[in-house]
Formats: sequence, structure tokens, C-alpha cells
Amino acid sequence: MKVLVAVKRVVDYNVKVRVKSDGTGVDVANLKMSMNPFDEIAVEEAVRLKEKGVATEIVAVSCGSARCEETLRTAMAIGADRGILVETTEELQPLSVAKLLKALVEKEQPQLVILGKQAIDDDANQTGQMLAALADLPQATFASRVEMAGGKTTVTREVDGGLETISLTLPAVVTTDLRLNEPRYVTLPNIMKAKKKPLETVTPEELGVAIKPYLKTLNVAEPAKRSAGVKVPDVATLVQKLKTEAKVI
Amino acid sequence: MTALIIAEHDNAGLKGATLNTVTAALACGGDVHVLVAGYNAGAAAKAVARVAGVSKVIHADSVSFAYGLAENVAAQVVALAGYYSHILFPATASGKSIAPRVAAVLDAAQISEVTRILGADTFERPIYAGNAIATVQSTTPRNVVTVRTTGFEPAAATGGSAVVEQIAPVPASGKSTFVGAELVKSDRPDLTAARIVVSGGRALGSSEKFSEVMTPLADKLGAAIGASRAAVDAGYAPNDLQVGQTGKIVAPQLYIAAGISGAIQHLAGMKDSKVIVAINKDPEAPIFSVADYGLEADLFAAVPALVEAL
Repeated sequence: MKVLVAVKRVVDYNVKVRVKSDGTGVDVANLKMSMNPFDEIAVEEAVRLKEKGVATEIVAVSCGSARCEETLRTAMAIGADRGILVETTEELQPLSVAKLLKALVEKEQPQLVILGKQAIDDDANQTGQMLAALADLPQATFASRVEMAGGKTTVTREVDGGLETISLTLPAVVTTDLRLNEPRYVTLPNIMKAKKKPLETVTPEELGVAIKPYLKTLNVAEPAKRSAGVKVPDVATLVQKLKTEAKVI
Repeated sequence: MTALIIAEHDNAGLKGATLNTVTAALACGGDVHVLVAGYNAGAAAKAVARVAGVSKVIHADSVSFAYGLAENVAAQVVALAGYYSHILFPATASGKSIAPRVAAVLDAAQISEVTRILGADTFERPIYAGNAIATVQSTTPRNVVTVRTTGFEPAAATGGSAVVEQIAPVPASGKSTFVGAELVKSDRPDLTAARIVVSGGRALGSSEKFSEVMTPLADKLGAAIGASRAAVDAGYAPNDLQVGQTGKIVAPQLYIAAGISGAIQHLAGMKDSKVIVAINKDPEAPIFSVADYGLEADLFAAVPALVEAL
């Protein structure tokens, strides 16, 4: 069984971004970039399926600039077998990425596509569901447990009131939540091995996908700052302030 | 210009997030219709009809909607979409799962987690865990929106008298089936709608300590209980209590964080609270930078003392 995993290159989750002073966006120049943490969980899950003998091949895909090759090499260091870079310098919004992935799903015919539930830069939480709809596949978002048996996948999902389990016919799309697994650390030998794994580059044109913007960003601003608070010396003062100053209890 | 809201409900009644979504839909500038796709959901449809500001309720009843499977509900929304300029969902687990399927099929812009509506095609939404606020304009005739409920007041649950129209449900996709659910039953207020939230972090040390320390405080204040990602990952609290960028977004009148250091991902989920109290023994904890009142103390002493003093 072939598994396709989509990975996005984003500003590292430990970096606090700054808004550009002209309001055109966030300044990402010279910031540390990493694989989106949820996508790392997606790659790890695919690799575990291969280690269990369920998956036979793992294809990692990334869409964006040539520098996404680094992200694909990381995916291959975790254990993906090969990479596909859909290279473009145009701004990619979730629906465009979903269209690119749909074209690759048609070409590669995976039984399972695993994606992170959201990217930590645009916080959109759209691509996996959009791919599922475009490819007419069933979906399980926010997965915390994935089991494969009998041509189906049974997925436990983190929902608002707790956990929900659904069963999907294959092929299917799964998006990962935090508790699905803990991604392994990539080792130096695996990083070296990943450099030799095949990486193919295609363009949106070759996939027959026209990239277009669905949203225009008019402005990006700093959020309203909270004014600095005070330290209170003890519990009694805290209670008194909450009652008489803040008046919330 | 008319907006369609996809109601969040449990067939028997309406979930609160739907009310905030009605307020957002009214801000888009036209009439507001609400789809109730459910199974034996007549009571939920009637409840929606009473919500102030709703002019029509569309009720589609089928066993295939009983558990809100995304494939089936999205197909129903797409079947109705032709008429509408805006299709809005609350940004709940369910809304977030279904909305992108609808946007993709319609080739429409989706604007996720909208916190403010500036015009029929212009919206504000947080990006980078709330460290930046983007103003975006849609370029497509139809807009699919998920609404961050903390950005909008709830509409009045009574006072409206909308007509309820029954429609024939679309067929089920047959590709997904519901197996089961483990939903937490709680008498506490809903985390995302509570007036007071008390949250615990990794410093609690175990699930026993988490409930031993946090429960009396929540009981005393009539508060909902939340948790940091670290506490959930460590198994001290269930996943549905996680507050943060990728968990629940809350904005109560009072948020009390005990033993939470305050990673940016956690702050993203609670920094719009009206009053924030932080209890932490580390004077350098980042949570103090957003707290109105900081108490530098061991939570195992301070929280019980707080319960006592309240």
C-alpha cells in the first residue's frame, strides 16, 4: 500500500514572528524554517505504518519554492522513500495546494494520504479536507489513532467533547492531531541516507493546475497588546483585587 | 445577498457556537438562513427558528446526518449553496472539518477563524498563533467562513420566529461510517462559553493532582476547566480541555492559569480573556507578561488557599 504525505515548510514553532512595518505581511527573512509540526506527525505515522508492514512505499510531497527540498529531505530522513517537489514561486493558498495534491493523488494512486491538520503559519486548517473533497475521498480530521484493516481505516478523532471513532473506505485522507504519535529524532546516518533518496521536481503547469489567489491580503498588523499587569504578594490581595478592582468574582 | 449558517447541534438542541455565528452572519449584511442537517432533529430546528435574526430554517433529516459525518453534511450544503453569498460555520471541530470540503467543491475562498467582519468580502483573522492579525479580501463571488466564536457576541436564543422548511436530504456518500464516541459528560459550563476558566499545566504533575487541585477551584467559581498542551500530552487532562493555538480558543471574563508557563501556542488560546490571573513559582514564566494579576507562588499551596479565600 502506498502512502502519500504532504509536508509544508514553515517558520519554526519556537520563533516569534514580527509584523513588517509597512503592514504587507510577516517578516520571515533569516528566520529558522522547519517542517510544520503536524506534518512531522504525519510522516512519522506513515513510517510506523511501513514498519508494521502495512505501507509499502511512502511518498512525501511539498509545494513551494526550491527551498522546500530541505523539508522533503527531512521527511526522507524520518523514513519517506522518495520526494516530490511541486516548485513554484507564486503564493500558494490552501485550495491551490489541494488542487496540486489532487493531481498527484491521481498520478500516484495512494491508498492513504496523511497531512497535518493545520499549518502553524496561516493557521487555515483547510488543505486536507479540500483535497478529500476534490478527489471525492472520505476524510478523518484531527486523528489521534489510525488503524488499518480489511481495506478500511478506523480513525479516532479529537473532537470538541472528547473522542470520536469513524471508519473510512480506502483510499482516504487523514489529518493528524498532536496526540497521534511523537515523531522520532532524525539521526545523522538517516540524514545522509535521505540525501541519496530520489527527489522529483514538477511544476504546477505540468500537473495541469492553474494557481490563483482566493484571498488578497490587505494588511497584516500586530495584535492589540495587553497592558502589563501587576504582581500580587499573596492570595488575600489577589482575591481582594479580583473582587474590588477587576470585579469579575 | 443571503448567508447560510450550518447549525452546530446534537439533534435535541442547539450548541451555543451557532448563536455567535448568527451574529457574524448578520454582519455580512444580508438575510440569515440556517441549515439543520441531523437525524430526528426537529427540536434543534425549532430552537434555531426562535433565534433572533434568523429568517429561515432549512431542515434536512436523515440517518446519514446523525453523527455529522463531513462527507454527507458537506454534500447537503453544496446542494443548497447556489443561492448564497456567504456560507458560515462555527470554527468548531465539526465546522472546521466540513467547511473546506464545501469551499473546495464551490472553488470558493475559505476564510478560517474569522474574528471580525469589515464588509461583505473583507475579514480579519489571526495568523501565526495570533501573533499577527491579517485583513483579507475574498476574490470569489461566494465566501466560506468559519467563525471564531470569541470574536462575536451570541445572538439572542429567543425572540425570532423563522419559518422551518423541510427539504429532501442528499444521499449518503457511503464512504464513511460512525463507529463510536467517548464524549466527556460534565455538569460544568462549556469551556468555550464559560464566564470563568481555570486551567492547569504540567506543574500539576499527575492526573490525580490535576483533578485534586483544579476541581475544587472550578467548583467554587462555577468555572470550566482547561489545560495546557503539556498537561494534556502528559495525560493529566483529556484532549478536549486543551486551550491554545490548536486546541480551544477561549475568552472568558476571568482566566486563571495555574502552573502554566505560557508558551506562545497557549497564549494564542486565551490572551483575549478579560482578566488573566497567573499562578506560577517561576518568576520568569512568560505567562506573567499577559497576566493582569500575577502571583509568584507554589500552586499546591496557593490554589487551595484561593479556594479557601473565595
